[in-house]
Amino acid sequence: MEALINLAYLAASAMFIVALKRLSSPRTARSGNLLGAAGMALGIVATLLDRSIVRFEWIVLGVLLGSALGAVMALRVRMTAMPQMVALLNGFGGAASALVATAEIERLLLHHGLSQASGVLIGTIHASVIIGSVTFTGSVIAFAKLQELLTGRPIVLPLHQLWNALLTAAAVGLTILALVQQHSWAEPTLTGLFYAVLVLSALLGIMLVIPIGGADMPVVISFLNSLSGLAAASTGFVLHNYLLIIAGTLVGASGFILTNIMCVAMNRTLPNVLFGAFGAEVTAGTATDRVVRSTTPEDAAVILGYARSVIVVPGYGMAVAQAQHAVKKLATLLQQRGVDVKFAIHPVAGRMPGHMNVLLAEADVPYELLYDMEQINPEFEHTDVALVVGANDVVNPAARKDPSSPLYGMPILNVDYARTVIVLKRSMNPGFAGVENELFYQPNTYMLFGDARRSLEAIAEALKSV
Amino acid sequence: MSELLFSIFIFTLAAFVGFEVISKVPPTLHTPLMSGSNAISGITIIGSLLIAGRTESPLLTVLGTAAVVCAMINVVGGFLVTDRMLRMFRSQRAAERDGSAH
Repeated sequence: MEALINLAYLAASAMFIVALKRLSSPRTARSGNLLGAAGMALGIVATLLDRSIVRFEWIVLGVLLGSALGAVMALRVRMTAMPQMVALLNGFGGAASALVATAEIERLLLHHGLSQASGVLIGTIHASVIIGSVTFTGSVIAFAKLQELLTGRPIVLPLHQLWNALLTAAAVGLTILALVQQHSWAEPTLTGLFYAVLVLSALLGIMLVIPIGGADMPVVISFLNSLSGLAAASTGFVLHNYLLIIAGTLVGASGFILTNIMCVAMNRTLPNVLFGAFGAEVTAGTATDRVVRSTTPEDAAVILGYARSVIVVPGYGMAVAQAQHAVKKLATLLQQRGVDVKFAIHPVAGRMPGHMNVLLAEADVPYELLYDMEQINPEFEHTDVALVVGANDVVNPAARKDPSSPLYGMPILNVDYARTVIVLKRSMNPGFAGVENELFYQPNTYMLFGDARRSLEAIAEALKSV
Repeated sequence: MSELLFSIFIFTLAAFVGFEVISKVPPTLHTPLMSGSNAISGITIIGSLLIAGRTESPLLTVLGTAAVVCAMINVVGGFLVTDRMLRMFRSQRAAERDGSAH
């Protein structure tokens, strides 16, 4: 039976690898996801054959409750709320790992005691609880920020980085202490060390994410995604289960790649994002005495209606205003007039990797119309109108021109090269990075203030009589 | 070969496979890849089941069942929400085909 279970685990591992491979191409992604689910089902069924499982009532209860909660969340979440949904799911994975690690410690206590266990086992259980707890509380804070239960701006305590360093050192230090003193200290002391590590790690997760601003969320979410995989892998080390190690490591690697893509897209390093508290101070700027040209939906409709080419640049503002359907409607109207419409997607637009793509897909925009930064940037100078829908930092020319700007060096969408720029924006408030945007003061820029969805609908209405 | 060393072997090779398999993902699929891979990280369900299915102590049952609930939310929520997103991703051809059918 054990051989059978392990063969099933091997098959499930292979299915996960193929699933991830298929998830990376639009045409095969859906089947890849289904294959992943099938691999998971196989892993679960095989585990239920394990001899050490002697009763099923709690398993059935847990599976039914967890499945029901997961299904309700997945089916009810709005597409605009997808970043916080992903954050929350990462958190549950981390929590499961921390709970399994805790249970393993309690099992050791129940049988031969911690002092009789191998040092490797104690070490891996500690590692598992550290990664699991950091993932859990970090994800909960990310969720709270994205859901606006907490402010999206960075919350920085005095000596914040020192506290983080101390927490990390304490969690690792107590783990080393538990290993060194494993055979000399009493069981309650060793158990106490474990729970102290658990609490310190949970605090560390909170402290790591709380100083991170909204614009950096794509990095944090993919980082937590990577951690949730590593948490599963560390559980595999504890249980000597290779399926857990393989599946967890695959997820850790994919999350790491995404984290890296996000960092490159912001021209920053991961430590800089995690420890930089970007945007903590809102620079006052000289906005008050400078003039912007504002426009009306009617004028915007004329400019767009007589353009030959339009590039739409969506940002987080589109998600906030739920404006994706209005964007699609306007784009369709323009296409019917013979206007060439494209969408330019910055890798870190929004609050998670691919946020804009998901929203536009929901609004039925074919993905061929969506262009990456590298593809679209050479086209702006030949484009009549760039329509910026709630994007800010990712179109700030200061990133190219102003070495004193905090954004300097970040690759941006060169919308300022377009003949005319129309910016839909709620107000003149600076973006999440707290940086003034030169684009708004350019002579070829028109600002259309107000809720993005209403503005787009008004433009679409006005376009009918152009 | 010791158990730990063997685990490290598996871990290292899996990391290489992961980097190779996922290195080229179009940005369109970044979110589904994240939520789909997140669902796979719910594989901790296996460890959770092994604890919830024992009869050693009430505390272990509570911890195990809680872990099963968390991991199942991760698994079911992750795969379902990914499928929901991927259903929406359509190519121009598919959109036009549907458009003419209506």
